[in-house]
Amino acid sequence: MNRRDFVGLTGLGATALLLPTLPGFGAKRVDPARLLEPGADTVLKKRLADAALNAAKSAGASYADVRIGRSLNQYVFAREKQIQNIVSTESYGVGIRVLVNGCWGFASTSVVTEASLAATARLAADIAKANKLVLKEPVQLAPQQGFGEVSWKTPLVQSAFEVPVKQKADLLLAANAAAMANGANYINSALFQVNEQKYFASTDGSYIDQDVHRLWPTFNATAVDTKSGKFRSREALSAPVGMGYEYLTPSAAEQVRGPQGTDTIGYKLRYDLLADAALAGKQAKAKLTMKSVIPGKYDLVLDPGHLGLTIHESVGHPTELDRVLGYEANFAGTSFATLEWKAKNLPYGSKQVNIVADKLQPGAVGTVGYDDEGVKTKQWDIIKEGKLVDYQKIRDQAHIVGQKESDGCCYAQSWDDVQFQRMANISLKPSPTKMSVDEMVSKVDKGIYIAGAGSFSIDQQRYNFQFGGQLFFAIEKGKITEPIEDVAYQSNTQEFWGACAGSCDQSDYRLFGTFFDGKGQPTQSSSVSHGSATTRFNGVNVINTARKV
Amino acid sequence: MAILSKDEAQALLKKVLSYSTADECAVGLDGRTTGNIRYARNSVSTAGASDTVSLSVESRFGKRSGIATCNEFDEATLRRCVQRAEEIARLAPESPEYMPLLGPQTYLNPPSTAATLLTPATRAQAAADSIGLCSAKNLTAAGFLDGGARFTALRNSKGLESYQQSTSTDFSVTVRTADGRGSGYAIADATDPSKLNFKSLTQRAADKAASSVTAKAIEPGKYTVILEPAALMAGDDLSLLGGLVYNMGAREADEGRSFLTKKGGGNRKGEKLFDERVNIYSDPLNAEVPGNAFDGEGLPTKRMSWVEKGVVKNMFYSRFWAQKNNVAPTAFPSSFIMTGGTQSTAELIKSTAKGILVTRLWYIREVDPQTLLYTGLTRDGTFYIENGAIKFPIKNMRFNESPIIMLNNVEAIGRPQRLANCLVPPLKIRDFTFTSLSDAV
Repeated sequence: MNRRDFVGLTGLGATALLLPTLPGFGAKRVDPARLLEPGADTVLKKRLADAALNAAKSAGASYADVRIGRSLNQYVFAREKQIQNIVSTESYGVGIRVLVNGCWGFASTSVVTEASLAATARLAADIAKANKLVLKEPVQLAPQQGFGEVSWKTPLVQSAFEVPVKQKADLLLAANAAAMANGANYINSALFQVNEQKYFASTDGSYIDQDVHRLWPTFNATAVDTKSGKFRSREALSAPVGMGYEYLTPSAAEQVRGPQGTDTIGYKLRYDLLADAALAGKQAKAKLTMKSVIPGKYDLVLDPGHLGLTIHESVGHPTELDRVLGYEANFAGTSFATLEWKAKNLPYGSKQVNIVADKLQPGAVGTVGYDDEGVKTKQWDIIKEGKLVDYQKIRDQAHIVGQKESDGCCYAQSWDDVQFQRMANISLKPSPTKMSVDEMVSKVDKGIYIAGAGSFSIDQQRYNFQFGGQLFFAIEKGKITEPIEDVAYQSNTQEFWGACAGSCDQSDYRLFGTFFDGKGQPTQSSSVSHGSATTRFNGVNVINTARKV
Repeated sequence: MAILSKDEAQALLKKVLSYSTADECAVGLDGRTTGNIRYARNSVSTAGASDTVSLSVESRFGKRSGIATCNEFDEATLRRCVQRAEEIARLAPESPEYMPLLGPQTYLNPPSTAATLLTPATRAQAAADSIGLCSAKNLTAAGFLDGGARFTALRNSKGLESYQQSTSTDFSVTVRTADGRGSGYAIADATDPSKLNFKSLTQRAADKAASSVTAKAIEPGKYTVILEPAALMAGDDLSLLGGLVYNMGAREADEGRSFLTKKGGGNRKGEKLFDERVNIYSDPLNAEVPGNAFDGEGLPTKRMSWVEKGVVKNMFYSRFWAQKNNVAPTAFPSSFIMTGGTQSTAELIKSTAKGILVTRLWYIREVDPQTLLYTGLTRDGTFYIENGAIKFPIKNMRFNESPIIMLNNVEAIGRPQRLANCLVPPLKIRDFTFTSLSDAV
């Protein structure tokens, strides 16, 4: 289903416009209770997988993998005082990837029987054989040990699917009421719950059963001034998380206050939806009369809920090896950080910049035990003291950079999509020495504090970018002076990270995340988190986005 | 079984409806057979095929509604699907925006062609032709070819019946020079894949790549631009024209949160917001971009004018919002048509004293919904024009511009071309705002 169909189907208008695509939304919709039923047992899945693997080998495959996927999604949408839609979907089927004569072939089926899987494996082999015509470099797979029969599950306290629908609907309606009691005229809120049950088997001898959970509560509150025709919105400061419903149990210990004078609150691994909605109502209304920014150079103090998106675009994407090599040239683009560029050992950023890729990080949405080609996940360095030290790569790319193993960041959004290299959780390390956000602000002479992610755009090689935000506060002579509006900053990746003047410490560290990282043709969505503490960047170009039409 | 005939589809839907015990029931089938090939670095990277049909059942008791779907069609599964929709409906809250199901409707009959679809072998051949042309010139191709057939059928307990079949194929290719200093792009889609010339599209992208290698930096600022159709509309991302038409909802405007919101309340329907040469409409019967005959509820589409001589002629009304405002509802169209003249892009260049030719705009995101301010960048072929000719390639730039301002600064409108299942002309626009330079190629 494309975005247009989605808008038409839900009649959601404004909320739909926040959502580029919804993974699994085109899947079949089911009774909420169905989402609690267990999927097929592993004995059956192993037998099915073996049927496909044997058929693939008989058809000439030197390697094959089978992914039996059951995707469960529940989306609850509300606006103002009403629940608009409760959508429960289930999608079940099998994707088979085979390597024949050095060429990949892929096919999928929703008919999950041994005969159907064998036929699908043969179809995948036929496609691989047809592609020999356009094969230049035979695929070289990094060796991978088989793990036998293993399993992994997202650590969680309570699955969101176990919570009654009414309780979730009531929570959204309470958040809407809180925003409207505090100044919002309209609010769209949503709760996304995802459960990927994936069974992976390969000719390497792995049979991996995984139960992956993700949750994302969000809203967009809007205040309107009918007289002037002006409207302003404030989005939720929540993050998508790889957790259960416990994320929605507020905890004072998981809240982080913004700098003095900002009245902002950030959240670690527990979110207070009602408090954030109330504050959003107040802030959306206040935005209607805020002073417009004077464009120029400012020192920026960026909160983790904002900086995560900048990390995503300017470090996460350019260090994906498939982009670096040109596999995404026709759509998502390539990268300035080519192998030749890396060999020059030029600085990516200042010495304060240390960035890790981490598929193990607790609470992050990209965290799994094994990736979608049977590689055990890990943590590794991407940027150390400002220098690029490694890329993100999968099994058929490792040899290109002279490495012997995959990083375990291969992913397919569904059983009927082919797996490929996707971004790991990419995070900026906090300062090892103590630094609070107030102390950081106290040292800024002329700056802007930005909280929350807003508009975002970056070129196809990841040099030039522009970011907005949710909340902006002017800093003068070490103090927050007033909230301002119409702020966006434009910079260049290497200049920006070169201007990084350090981060706050671990006590300020939080995760930003997205469900909708798009890449590939046909486009697939992937979920990824980015952690950081509040960080300062000196002398960044700020533009004013107000226009008269 | 992906593509069912009208009779097969309606017979299946009739059977499903007979299992319903709800006050109202609407059922629908959607099926598609598609295949794709993707290549990069002059070699195939992925290829796949997909065959799907799904049934959806919406059951209603009073103002309560429930939806369930399935993708297996034996009697037990079908019955279970209907029962499940009814169970969800009984548990659902009453909808304050409930609208009764539509009764029988009359539909237009959009033109369809009996297209011969591509196969894994013909897709591989198309990719081989595209790659061959590039590798012979020491250029690197990355492309994507995706297409197939689709059908949609609806039926409900109020007597509504609809069915439509369609085909479409999309092709796009980016060609880069071996040294990475030049890049070009071409994109096209067609109802019938035999209408797509993969070689000539690749040639166009290759020419742009080869001629863009010595790009010079020019100062960002306001320039006259010639925006090719791929700089105005995109099928897989936000675009300047797409951003405009998809924001023409009446409800958002009436609620005070749209660029079409009127000061003091209400919306700006009937106001002249754009240059009088701007006309945007939709027409399901257009032979070049045939559209859907009905929307998801079975509401018929028809020819609708959205912008006429620069005036906002119509806005999108859902059935609920239309009833509340006592106007006719509007089915959301599957394609838009912007009218134009007869001039080709080359002719637009000839009449330009100083300006910039933009092949493609990319990573476009909304900066301010109030003014429809968007930002994004040029990509894959940006050239400086002087005295009616392309003088030299220039480095890419970021823009910050609103389509409202853009469509007020129209200098000329060229000949529309099919793109993203829409007809879009190249536009010559004065004072288009570029705000910074990019090193990206």
